[in-house]
Amino acid sequence: MNIYLYILVMAVVTYLIRALPLTLIRGKIKNRFFRSFLYYVPYACLMAMTFPAVFCGSYPIHAAIAGVAVAFILAVRGKNLLTVALAASITVFIVSFIPLG
Amino acid sequence: MNRELKKGFRDGIPIALGYFAVSFSLGITMVAAGITPGQGTVMSLTNLTSAGEFAGVRIIAASGTLIEMILTQLIINLRYSLMSLSLSQKIDKKAKLWHRLVMAFGNTDEIFAVAMNHQKSLTIRYMLGLQSLPVVGWTVGTLLGAVAGNLLPTRISVALNVMLYGMFIAIVVPVAKRSRPVLIVSLLAVLLSCLFYFVPVLKEVSEGLAITICTVAAATAGAVFFPVKQEEEDAG
Repeated sequence: MNIYLYILVMAVVTYLIRALPLTLIRGKIKNRFFRSFLYYVPYACLMAMTFPAVFCGSYPIHAAIAGVAVAFILAVRGKNLLTVALAASITVFIVSFIPLG
Repeated sequence: MNRELKKGFRDGIPIALGYFAVSFSLGITMVAAGITPGQGTVMSLTNLTSAGEFAGVRIIAASGTLIEMILTQLIINLRYSLMSLSLSQKIDKKAKLWHRLVMAFGNTDEIFAVAMNHQKSLTIRYMLGLQSLPVVGWTVGTLLGAVAGNLLPTRISVALNVMLYGMFIAIVVPVAKRSRPVLIVSLLAVLLSCLFYFVPVLKEVSEGLAITICTVAAATAGAVFFPVKQEEEDAG
């Protein structure tokens, strides 16, 4: 299938999600269940995309474990997104030179 | 230059720098998935969403169906509808329809967070300023990442791939640290996702659909067992 067709579909869906509430609905969503569901969506989604996929990349598994550990430690300490992302990446790069076992 | 516009530009600089770095690694991921730098640049310019594009790239790489793509984008980006709702309450009374349509385009997690932090009601001038540099950073970063992805040694480009995961961890962990419900929902999502990776039959489910199912299941469990109060939403 043409990749631009995928991209068009993605762009239209994403824009409608952003634009419809902003233009049509001016009031507040009252339904507590739906509001709670929406609140949890980003966290559930980001974690489902990260794990276990991060351990299945084309780098050695111990490098991935080290990178994730570094990301967690820095994130717990409240470092900003860029710092955590770069540190995880650099860790994977360095550790991937160390042979396993 | 108009003061509102200038303030917007200034507020957008740190977002743009962060986006540049992250979209650079997204560009590398795209090329690894068989997407050309041109296609990747168009995707970033028209979509402006890390998680949504990342999931979209995976579906394209797996030659998924368009239905799967629509469902995945809908679920993953559903949170933007909530943000747009909040944003709509803060928009300047005099804003025209096209102002709202423009503001909607650049409503990302970070731009939303900064806009809600703005002391005054939101004008089109402020929002144009705020959104423009991040859009440029996101698009140019993707292009350079995609081009560099072909030139960089494999060892470097696969390591840069990890940046997106690092960013996702950096978004979730601080919230999970102070909110037990978010922690439990996140762990549940990881557990479900692992099931779809390793358990026979379940692992036949395509990746995009699996992520959607995990997200809906974990978020529903969260909404059932830990319904949020208004203050928690605002704090998150």
